[in-house]
Amino acid sequence: MESPTPSPTSSHQSPLARRVRRWPDQLFFAIILAFAILVVAVAFAIVGILAYNSQQSFRVFGWQFFISSNWSPNGQVFGALPFIVGTLLTSAIALLIAVPLSLGTAIFITTQAPRILRTPLGTAVELLAAVPSVIYGFWGVYVVHPFMRATVEPVLHEYLGFTGLFGPPGGSGDVLTASVILAVMIVPTISAVSRDTMAAVPAAQTEAALSLGATDWETTRVATIPFARSGIIGGIILGLGRAIGETMAVTMTIGNVDRVPDSLLGPGQTIASLIANELLSNTGPLQISAILECGLVLLLISLMVNVVARLLVWRATRGVGGRVV
Amino acid sequence: MESVKLRADHLTAFYGGKPAIQDISLEFPDRKVTAIIGPSGCGKSTLIRCLNRLHETAPRTRVEGKVLLDDEDIYQLDPVRVRRRIGMVFQKPNPFVTMSIYDNVSAAMRFNGRHTREELDHAVVHSLQQSALWEEVKDRVDAPATSLSGGQQQRLCIARALAADPEVLLMDEPCSALDPIATAKIEELVGRLKTDYTVVIVTHNMQQAARVADYTAFLYLGKLIEFGPTEDLFERPKEKLTESYITGRFG
Amino acid sequence: MAGDAGRGGSSRVKFDRFARRKLVNRIITVLAGLAVIAALYPLVDLVYTALVQGGGVLFQLTFLTARNPTPCSVVSCATVGIGPTIEGSAILVGLASLISVPVGVLAAIFASEYRTRGIGRVVSFTADVLSGVPSILMGAFVYGYLVLEYPNLVESVISGSLALAAIMIPIITRTTEEALRTVPDATREAAIALGIAKWKMSLRIVLISALPGVVTGVLLAVMRAAGEAAPLILLTGFSTNWYTRPDLPVGSLPVLIYTYALQPYSNWHAVAWGATLFLLIAILVVNVLSRYTIQRMVTKMSGGS
Repeated sequence: MESPTPSPTSSHQSPLARRVRRWPDQLFFAIILAFAILVVAVAFAIVGILAYNSQQSFRVFGWQFFISSNWSPNGQVFGALPFIVGTLLTSAIALLIAVPLSLGTAIFITTQAPRILRTPLGTAVELLAAVPSVIYGFWGVYVVHPFMRATVEPVLHEYLGFTGLFGPPGGSGDVLTASVILAVMIVPTISAVSRDTMAAVPAAQTEAALSLGATDWETTRVATIPFARSGIIGGIILGLGRAIGETMAVTMTIGNVDRVPDSLLGPGQTIASLIANELLSNTGPLQISAILECGLVLLLISLMVNVVARLLVWRATRGVGGRVV
Repeated sequence: MESVKLRADHLTAFYGGKPAIQDISLEFPDRKVTAIIGPSGCGKSTLIRCLNRLHETAPRTRVEGKVLLDDEDIYQLDPVRVRRRIGMVFQKPNPFVTMSIYDNVSAAMRFNGRHTREELDHAVVHSLQQSALWEEVKDRVDAPATSLSGGQQQRLCIARALAADPEVLLMDEPCSALDPIATAKIEELVGRLKTDYTVVIVTHNMQQAARVADYTAFLYLGKLIEFGPTEDLFERPKEKLTESYITGRFG
Repeated sequence: MAGDAGRGGSSRVKFDRFARRKLVNRIITVLAGLAVIAALYPLVDLVYTALVQGGGVLFQLTFLTARNPTPCSVVSCATVGIGPTIEGSAILVGLASLISVPVGVLAAIFASEYRTRGIGRVVSFTADVLSGVPSILMGAFVYGYLVLEYPNLVESVISGSLALAAIMIPIITRTTEEALRTVPDATREAAIALGIAKWKMSLRIVLISALPGVVTGVLLAVMRAAGEAAPLILLTGFSTNWYTRPDLPVGSLPVLIYTYALQPYSNWHAVAWGATLFLLIAILVVNVLSRYTIQRMVTKMSGGS
């Protein structure tokens, strides 16, 4: 096999010397190729094993599985709808809360804050991302949940109960609390990507706006944000990807009830929290298979969302110093 | 004597601690074209960016001295107001890439609140006519600004700047990225603009200065060497340095 | 005439609009500032809670060294220690690193140095995609595999380490690849022109010059793995014993926090907060240290080269 860039000195060597020199390169190539293939193999293995384990459940329940809200281990009947709804609901509410906060943070840090403050503020927001999920969950159980139950939720139920969304608060955890914690966790993701894409907007565009007599906000609104738009959206989708897969913080605060939530102030369950809760304490292979089938669904949604997000982000920053989020 | 529209008074500007221009005092006569020439690195861009307070938007910059617009120091006024009255056209055309031609030209008006569609239409047409672009784009004003050629984009930027109704128009080497035909169109444009606006044009091309400018200032290493009516400066330069530059001995 | 007011035009109209624009600008600044405060408040609250609740427990020295009774009794956690738990975490993360660092770095070398081949880009893309896979699914996948092939290993150090390695590999691959990409091609060309073998060039020259970035990436992955509870709940489980054999379960800080947090007794919570504080401090220290020492490495290397 040829190495991609031929050595310019090779023509001066004897054939034996050339052959002797080649084998370490070949061995090296073989090793790194093996590991590279291993990485790709892991990806296929994840999908493969989850799919393999889902077979039993799929054979028994078929496509109905995804629209049935009946999950009863006792009767050995399983339907994934409660968890699909739970996952989408918590992620949607989390985004609703996190997007304005993240954009506001990004705007403040890139345009409004005095230059010296920019790095420390940015670092502080990034530290939010370094906190492990289980610690957010613990804090959620200990601080946020009691606060929500005591202060926020009664108010919501009282004044907005008529919408049907805010029933009486109940359960050991609820959808709203879990969503709030999720929002806190995805703010650094969305904010960091937004900041990067906004910083990548060429000065020529912002100076054009400034030279027309635009205020800082007008410049941001007219020149920066439209230019950075696809990257910002990519960041939001990346945040969504993170939200749908979050396990610990959610399982500790959502109440763990396997029903489609009837109120935002009542308990629910996401696919991730289902797996954490019931994979081990289960009623047999059928339930395991059903749980892993839900896992497969989560995997596929997660993969799709992440691919879309990264395409958008890559395009917006043109591959310049992409960050690992 | 000509009335003075804009005046720099002992202006010094720093880039990261080092002065890019030093103690420059210069008058820009009303409704005339003043050119600023000099070899690269002489501070002409810095000077012009101080005239609309754009220099200070870059990190680690500082400005000392005054710039007087009709006897008001712009450094004591709100920069947003200043930049509305003193517009700028840049070296590389920089239309807003996500906007159409129409939206680009009407941008300044749209910042400033509500206007009826007729008011905007009228302003857009007028500005595009002033910058000699109207005939070429009149049937595609909603096309993206990026669909225009380089020369057209620069005229678009001029129209955009004019639509803000400034009193002074600053032009930082507006033709250096353009071909000779586009350059000629813009030079012609400058000649017509001076009936309504005071124009300051930075150029590295002496012949261009000789063609379009009524007055010329020569800068070297951050200092103002000489200033006067263009003809006087080119034919009877008072400073040796000026003469060397004009006769092509450096820069 | 173009413009909203013309030069000599209605100055009152101009003033009203100008004042309004400045006001809007000011309001946005305030709102954005509030957003920053709202975003950062949870971090402050969390750290404060951990300090208040866990500080007392953490600063008893025995906490770190003693073995906790199995489990902490309802009444007393007097002799509780998270020593075995810290050891367990260290072993799990250490073993996972042993697996993931070579795999990740070498795969990244492949993706970066042989980028022109199609498979290089496939590897890069795959690592990108894998880094978005929820960690619980990494646990589920290892579980799914082991339950079939080696059921007695499901609840062991090995299973947990495998899942953690699966989480770490994409992170290391991506960060290493990015770090390698910042090494200018001129460096590689110079090495080839000197007749240095490609493998030596990749390892000794390119990798070394990208080392700060690579180390940062590895530390990032280590910190991530140290905080992961989800896959470990499914696999390694929890134990309060010191480590004995790789096929037995072992304790880990994140799982301890999860388990004790859900107990109804406040002294258990105190232990969990102590562990939380410990983990937070460790992560914070590594985070700050890595920024600081990487900077030093970078300046030392650019000064020397």
